[in-house]
Amino acid sequence: MSGIRATHELHARRLSRNLGVAFALALLVAVVFALTVVKVKRGDPLQGFDHVVRPEMEASGS
Amino acid sequence: MPDLAISAAHEHEPNFGDYVALLKPRVMSLVVFTALVGLLVAPAALHAVEAIAAMLFIALGAGAAGALNMWYDADIDSVMRRTMKRPVPSGRVAQDEALAIGVGLSGLSVVMLGLATNMLAAFLLAVTISFYVVVYTMWLKRRTPQNIVIGGAAGAFPPMIGWAAATGSISLEACLMFALIFMWTPPHFWALALFMRSDYEDAGVPMLTVTHGRPAARRHIMAYTLLLVPVSLWLALGPIGGPVSLAAAVVLNLMFVRGAVQICRRDEAVAQGDGYAAEKAFFRASLFYLFLHFGAFLADAVLRQVS
Repeated sequence: MSGIRATHELHARRLSRNLGVAFALALLVAVVFALTVVKVKRGDPLQGFDHVVRPEMEASGS
Repeated sequence: MPDLAISAAHEHEPNFGDYVALLKPRVMSLVVFTALVGLLVAPAALHAVEAIAAMLFIALGAGAAGALNMWYDADIDSVMRRTMKRPVPSGRVAQDEALAIGVGLSGLSVVMLGLATNMLAAFLLAVTISFYVVVYTMWLKRRTPQNIVIGGAAGAFPPMIGWAAATGSISLEACLMFALIFMWTPPHFWALALFMRSDYEDAGVPMLTVTHGRPAARRHIMAYTLLLVPVSLWLALGPIGGPVSLAAAVVLNLMFVRGAVQICRRDEAVAQGDGYAAEKAFFRASLFYLFLHFGAFLADAVLRQVS
């Protein structure tokens, strides 16, 4: 009787595919988050709580 | 026999590596490198995160174009020795799956590049993907021996995309980088066609070697190699050039022209006798030519920063 394998080779391929897709999605989320942080930090001189432009912030450069 | 039943139904299920192979990673690496140089030599700076994101989405766009090319060319890829082991002709990835992945990644890469940088870069990426898939793959490749001349424009866009991502505009330097790759593409691929011998003929692809004969292809390689020289010198003497670029341009062009002269002087009997050694050497040299040219532009950009 040939050796009994715990899992079929098909499952190894599926695991590889699922892990790869999970990694790619996680990378996309991380990139989008990092981009958001950079762009918001560099954004217009407005305060976050009401998204209103404040000229005094523009003058002070903050 | 449950094990056999599983095997029969799912023996062609791909793993993640098959999906990566679908995106033509070797082509992607050249695209990313030239786009990165275009971005870094541009007279504007992106935040590091934006630059990394831009490179990622440009790579994804290039991969999407590769997947769509594999979807459409599955029939001729299965005939050619060079391409028969690709994921679609070998049955590891279904043709419909390649189409879905290509379309999905195209949309994602263009939209995300636009959000990460600007609409001009996104537009140029969309043009690149469309040009490669529709103009080259679906239209020109099977119809004209000038397929690689016109279709080569797709591979020439990346440095322009990198430049546009950084500056939001196009300039003469970006167009010259485009021109360098555009003029480089025909001799690169015609040298490949010379030593791939009957591959393109078997697939019915009208490469110059098939439609006009190998002696004509050799003369065309010489002509395009000579046309490359003024383009590379113009770049080396321009704003993105410098001492390193000029030295590289002189040495690489001498080497490349010498290789083209060798190819032009040979005939098929001599070439077959030595297993197409000169043609293979020229093809390898063409990879170094482009890589070192763009590396030299980068080196001069660093020197300008330092000084």
